[in-house]
Amino acid sequence: MSRISVDTVKHVANLARLAITEQEAEKFSKQLDAILTFAEQLEELDTQNVKPTSHVLDIKNVMREDVAEKGLPVEEVLKNAPDHDENQIRVPAILE
Amino acid sequence: MSLFDHSISELHKKLHSKEISVTDLVNESYKRIAQVEDKVQAFLTLDEENARAKAKELDEKVGKADEYGLLFGLPIGVKDNIVTRGLRTTCASKILANFDPIYDATVVQKLQTAETVTIGKLNMDEFAMGSSNENSGFKPTKNPWNIEYVPGGSSGGSAASVAAGEVLFSLGSDTGGSIRQPAAYCGVVGLKPTYGRVSRFGLVAFASSLDQIGPITRTVADNAYLLQAIAGVDKMDGTSAPVDVPDYLSALTGDVKGLRIAVPKEYLGEGVGEEARQSVLAALKVLEGMGATWEEVSLPHSKYALATYYLLSSSEASANLARFDGVRYGVRSDNASSLIELYKQTRSEGFGDEVKRRIMLGTFALSSGYYDAYYKKAQQVRTLIKNDFENVFEKYDVIIGPTAPSTAFKIGEKIDDPLTMYANDILTIPVNLAGVPGISVPCGFGTNGLPLGLQIIGKHFDESTVYRVAHAFEQATNYHKQKPVL
Repeated sequence: MSRISVDTVKHVANLARLAITEQEAEKFSKQLDAILTFAEQLEELDTQNVKPTSHVLDIKNVMREDVAEKGLPVEEVLKNAPDHDENQIRVPAILE
Repeated sequence: MSLFDHSISELHKKLHSKEISVTDLVNESYKRIAQVEDKVQAFLTLDEENARAKAKELDEKVGKADEYGLLFGLPIGVKDNIVTRGLRTTCASKILANFDPIYDATVVQKLQTAETVTIGKLNMDEFAMGSSNENSGFKPTKNPWNIEYVPGGSSGGSAASVAAGEVLFSLGSDTGGSIRQPAAYCGVVGLKPTYGRVSRFGLVAFASSLDQIGPITRTVADNAYLLQAIAGVDKMDGTSAPVDVPDYLSALTGDVKGLRIAVPKEYLGEGVGEEARQSVLAALKVLEGMGATWEEVSLPHSKYALATYYLLSSSEASANLARFDGVRYGVRSDNASSLIELYKQTRSEGFGDEVKRRIMLGTFALSSGYYDAYYKKAQQVRTLIKNDFENVFEKYDVIIGPTAPSTAFKIGEKIDDPLTMYANDILTIPVNLAGVPGISVPCGFGTNGLPLGLQIIGKHFDESTVYRVAHAFEQATNYHKQKPVL
């Protein structure tokens, strides 16, 4: 059985906010299925008592003094915004 | 002969004695770019006007003071996923085609302190996802040794520009081999530092627990000079390590007597080509001749590294790339009437296939019901892989193997099959998962005339030993002196 059906691909694409065509969904279904089949070789390993590694450094919760620092100037930040009005970024209406 | 055939320390002396000027060096870059860039296609953006102005400014300084750093005035290229204030930074993605950063990455600030001259931004696989530069959203970079072949990736532009003599050196980034593999394919020296050695602030994140910025150069000594300038803890990156940065230059003694080398049998076995294997065995002979000893060892979980890497890196990428939605920066789709559509259309039009594939793989691996089976499982296997390295490093100083299973492959050869493409990285990926440093140095040529790379892997934060071995090998061989004809 296929691990990733065309419907699953469409569902995942929606979660990831990607619009995909029927054709793309079929192509990605095959490719992702092959990758996941390959990845399932990890099941051969017994990892019951193995702690997961999220990163390799022996560092946790790096804190700094709670002192306010100047952020980036608003006009600079807006420079890359595709659409803005005064000091706000404009997007299509969310509420009717 | 090119000015870039000289080492950093030679150029430093020439600048110091006013035999050459910074302007000469910058001219050399743009002259060479004009000659070969049509073929190599290493750059996405050139910064000629600013670079020439900077050169002028630095030349005036030379006249006033003769106390300046070793990198002063030297022309550098920067991979296009490292943000440069006021200089377009695209990650080779259409979604960032118009992105004009408003701050500099920490490494770029450090280069400014060192007073290098930025020549331009270098091509790559889109968002650093790829091993061939064919995934660039704009154009494929070519291998300077034979332009029908890929330069490797994802830092293909960084490696090709140095090999082609367009810049003296460059910065790349390495998540699963993206500095070392293109360095091997292009016959140059590339180091992935220990995770945490170099600040990632301003590096556009792909897989945050694996990404590292590192230098690509023509020689090992030059590489050490560049790492010296960019290494160190940074308050802007909580994962940069508060570990002292040693003097890397003092490690370049040429002495490897008594050095204990481990050679994992998995790195010379299945999936590794005969040419790569033979070049490593020949390299071990050279090091043996200098007083080092080597033994075969095992990194038993090596074969699981590729699957582990793709699950973890894609999961992290799916979260990291959520920020590209056409709202705050980048290219916004014109074909949307609602906010959800705006996200979807922007991302679908802006991302290439490989990026979409990995975002979906990561989203799936992190989704409810699959998290334990895929993501958590991969994190646990990562622990086993890391333990493999720690066990070997209890008895040995370095691990040596090939950088890649073969020389570069032809453009188009692997693009339709993601899994075959991924298999290129089987020898570099475990190093990122374990977080240890690794370098690729030239160690021979295939029958097709393309370079082969020797990978030297060290303990956490022990770049010094990696450099010492790489430098000793380089000084005993002539591979690094050969240049591609373009």
